[in-house]
Amino acid sequence: MIFLWAFLVGGAICVIGQLMFDVLKLTPAHTMATLVVIGAIIDGFDLYEPLIKFAGAGASVPITSFGNALVHGALTELHTSGWIGVISGIFKVTSAGISAAIIFSFLAALVVRPKG
Amino acid sequence: MASKGSTANRYKKMSMSPKEYKAFAKEKEPPRSILGNCIKAFLVGGTICVVGQAITELFVHLMNMTPEQASNPTVAVLILISVILTSLGVYDKLAQFAGAGSAVPVTGFANSMCSAALEHRSEGLVLGVGGNMFKLAGAVIVYGTVAAFFVGIVHLILGTGGQ
Repeated sequence: MIFLWAFLVGGAICVIGQLMFDVLKLTPAHTMATLVVIGAIIDGFDLYEPLIKFAGAGASVPITSFGNALVHGALTELHTSGWIGVISGIFKVTSAGISAAIIFSFLAALVVRPKG
Repeated sequence: MASKGSTANRYKKMSMSPKEYKAFAKEKEPPRSILGNCIKAFLVGGTICVVGQAITELFVHLMNMTPEQASNPTVAVLILISVILTSLGVYDKLAQFAGAGSAVPVTGFANSMCSAALEHRSEGLVLGVGGNMFKLAGAVIVYGTVAAFFVGIVHLILGTGGQ
């Protein structure tokens, strides 16, 4: 069942992105930045975790979950180590995604011969 | 965009003002089917999320992780797949078909970094790869971080931080 909800919710978030491309005529960078900010605000209201519980990867794979993870790290750290956590916690949860993207992309640039 | 500019110049020589060219180009532009694009984005985006869910289930069942623990390795595996597909040139073909369907998932984030790294490889490893990797992904990170900071500040002021 979680697979179905993952498909539907993940697809729906992508449709929102597509509508921002086509109807609002935003560039990909503007669209992604907007989606991340939306994800951050939703988690600010504590509503993103329930969505992940419900839709699994349908909510955690789209880029909105990146905003959610940034806020989540900040809030968890705010709770455990006080006000400085707002700064120190932001990248705590997202480290895996950003580090993996940097490392794999760098290795790819070393290995792959660019075409053309 | 660059190619559009150069064709505009070519037409300018054929005595067409930029304004006339714009109207001319708009006339010749293939009609964009918003509904069709949305269906493609929905199907491809949904499929990528199902793949993510399958990877999560693998980590949960084979390595006895909780779903929360599994989310980090899942993202890492998806990014690895995306980088491999980008290196093979497959992801960009998919992106042409799927639009936001391949751009919105985290794989699109990795694709933007990897393709920037590959594209600027010829400018050197430090200035080219290092300096340009975040060219597109930087917007996501900057706005995400700033938004997270302000959400954190609001929670700090309201005294509602932490779950």
